[in-house]
Amino acid sequence: MTPLSPLLSVRNLGVSFRMESGEHFQALKGISFDIAANRTVALVGESGSGKSVTAMAIMRLLPDHHTTIAAGSEILFEGRKLLQADRHTLRALRGRDIAMIFQDPMSSLNPVFTVGDQIIETLMLHTGMRRKAARQRAIALLQEVGLPEPGRKVDAYPHQLSGGQQQRVMIAMAIACEPKLLIADEPTTALDVTIQQQILQLLAQLQKKHGMAVLFITHDLGLVGEFADEVIVMRHGEIREHGPLQQVFSQPQDAYTKALLNCRPQLDSRPARLAVIDDFLQDQPYQPPPQRARGYVPGDDIVLDVQGLCKSFESREGLFGKRVFHAVKDVSFQLARGKTLGIVGESGSGKTTVGLTLMRLHQASAGRALFNGQDILAMSPREFHACKRRIQIIFQNPYASLNPRFTVEEILLEPMVLHGIGHSHAERKQLAMALLERVGLPSRALQKYPHEFSGGQRQRIAIARCLTMKPDVLICDESVSALDVSVQAQVLNLLQDLQDECGLSYLFISHDLSVVKHISDQVMVMQQGQVVEQANADTLYAHPQHPYTRQLLAAIPQGWPHPGGVALA
Amino acid sequence: MFAYILRRLWQMVPTLFGVMLLLFVLFNWVGGDPSYILAGKSFSADTLANIRHQLGLDQSLPQQFLIFVRQVLTLDFGISWSTQQPVAEILASRIGPSLTLALPMLLVSLLLSVIIAAIVAYVRGSLTDRIVTLICTLAMSVSALVYIIAGQYWLAHKLGWFPILGWSDSLATNLWYYIPLPLLLGLVVSLAPDIRFYRSCFIEEMGHDYVRTARAKGLSERTIMLKHVMRNALIPVVTSLMMSLPYLFLGALLLERFFGIPGMGNEVLNAVDRSDFPVIKAITIYVALATMLFNLLADIVYKLIDPRVQLK
Repeated sequence: MTPLSPLLSVRNLGVSFRMESGEHFQALKGISFDIAANRTVALVGESGSGKSVTAMAIMRLLPDHHTTIAAGSEILFEGRKLLQADRHTLRALRGRDIAMIFQDPMSSLNPVFTVGDQIIETLMLHTGMRRKAARQRAIALLQEVGLPEPGRKVDAYPHQLSGGQQQRVMIAMAIACEPKLLIADEPTTALDVTIQQQILQLLAQLQKKHGMAVLFITHDLGLVGEFADEVIVMRHGEIREHGPLQQVFSQPQDAYTKALLNCRPQLDSRPARLAVIDDFLQDQPYQPPPQRARGYVPGDDIVLDVQGLCKSFESREGLFGKRVFHAVKDVSFQLARGKTLGIVGESGSGKTTVGLTLMRLHQASAGRALFNGQDILAMSPREFHACKRRIQIIFQNPYASLNPRFTVEEILLEPMVLHGIGHSHAERKQLAMALLERVGLPSRALQKYPHEFSGGQRQRIAIARCLTMKPDVLICDESVSALDVSVQAQVLNLLQDLQDECGLSYLFISHDLSVVKHISDQVMVMQQGQVVEQANADTLYAHPQHPYTRQLLAAIPQGWPHPGGVALA
Repeated sequence: MFAYILRRLWQMVPTLFGVMLLLFVLFNWVGGDPSYILAGKSFSADTLANIRHQLGLDQSLPQQFLIFVRQVLTLDFGISWSTQQPVAEILASRIGPSLTLALPMLLVSLLLSVIIAAIVAYVRGSLTDRIVTLICTLAMSVSALVYIIAGQYWLAHKLGWFPILGWSDSLATNLWYYIPLPLLLGLVVSLAPDIRFYRSCFIEEMGHDYVRTARAKGLSERTIMLKHVMRNALIPVVTSLMMSLPYLFLGALLLERFFGIPGMGNEVLNAVDRSDFPVIKAITIYVALATMLFNLLADIVYKLIDPRVQLK
């Protein structure tokens, strides 16, 4: 191999899948790119762009029986043709020369083997090490990836580790045999922001130390700036733009790249509407909308006043013992009518529990929640029923929170019947159709089932379902977290429009500080069940008081070199 | 762990009490007066009174229940009404033949069904998989009685490959001569549903992300199936196995009946025929106890194969 020839070379790669209906879906439409040794290439795109398919094709891990690789496709690794390689060659290559880490470390590790065993397995397979030596090496690897107490954690099972620790184990496993190419497929998507930052730093540091090439796959352009040399932007199975990092960020050539850079909420700008992809794909140039001012003002009508909310869970221990876990400790806040209160915090901070307790899906342990002056936590179930429809919740996972056996019509009509909204079936159906239109779905969607919609569309259905009950307060629990950035922008715009139109108040729970900054008037930061800081959104982001808030803000991926303004040029 | 086992054993006490109460109520109100059964056709008032006294039936209901509790605590259920032998003796002599048939059947069936299920799961969607599924569905749609009668008629009577029925005192003769046909027929009945169930367990596990990780490591398909997938797929398999273990002691009712195997299953049918209450009571209590103990055992085995399980 001459120093000039790339480590990995993908030529004209076309992949199509045979769907259950018998149709063929073209996932990759002949893409070509190179990865040089020791370089980091970021592959960026939204769901369905084909970025993961590319990674799986390189690893030759696509399911054989319904995948067709187009004629003329070629993948060369150190000059070897991977697409023609036999099983034996591939097995020797995987894990040794090309290693991979995945999005969800919890499910990517085998739950019934210790993390040590899973690393040792790779080592023994490719290096011929003896078990004892492999164990020592595994401990050293765990140490290298920064796992605390590696000597003890080597015998831990995956579920005994936190998400960040699990991803460190996956990384240790991947670098165990000193691979020449590391493919990282959304390695931080399932993690909290501070953990995400640590993992990215770790990857960058290992890349330098071991001289690996890295193919970094992500949907989030903001992460790429942290350590990529080159950026490839993909959409619908095609490469839209490919270039050095700085060029792609500062002088994006492609309209889609420009759109991606702009539809992500920024910390230093709050447009009245977020840009969406379509704004950039039409003929006339995109005009940034005016900025929007936010924040509670004196005289705001308080719709929900929560005082000293506590929630603890008990679990049994030993013969007679009990352990009490305080999920929410003495949380107080006020939600103003027509405004948004953002709740931020990492997993386990208690932010979701606050939402569920206010919905009375959990029984509060102490505290009051005055809704229009009445304490909803002290009401009898019968009294609360009347209030129920006025506080609604939209969950994170639009795939799991809609009943798959119900049509959209049934989903929308059921709560109306339950709460006696509308006098007849026809009237309710009329209302459902109007609401569907309002959230941007055609009225023929009524007869369809949830699985026929994309994630963003399902979240719109969930919003429409809440709107059927004409709520005053909407709790959005990570409602846009599972969505692609472009879809996220659309849903955030929709939520904003609805707030302006109907005077809804939002309790917006999220781990994404940029999104919270964009949509919130007041922000509350939670850590381990307690509120550590609460202030007007602009004040809190400009002058964070608590060290934890500062830590969270510092962990936000900034992108580079500042996408916001530059991309508009 | 120890605290957990202790707590679970302690929780069995009220369950067992409930079973006893139910049994007692059923036998007293539904079962009729046993002294009529015992006295036979030529009963006089004297014999009846005598029998009632012997059985303690002339005492008050709470006292009778106490007698029953004492029987359960000492595991001494008295004497069979039909054969006059001690119940414990009868059951002890019946358990052997039952296990001679049921134990090999369980082991062979488990081994075969897990292996076949793993293979068809691996080649799922192929012709082999579809043929096995078809055979299983057909096999499940035919009643066990049909297999027994057809087997006895064709394989034993017409072809003479097996004895039609019978039992001896020698374990070896039983195993090599009398057991094969009922074993074969028992397997035909039990394999089909097990293969279907285990196949779905395997397929579900094969779709998980850790299988992708294992492939990305460069492991062979065989190691992935036998090590990574198997260990996870075994979890529901163990559950279904543990749930079926108490029936080992009950024996295979139909098979024992048709093949003249003097096991528990046969004894249950005889006891019901003759309204032999002490035997029925004893068997019911033993089956209840076995079910509870094997449930506990199943939970402990879970913990061993699945570290995520928390015993609470």
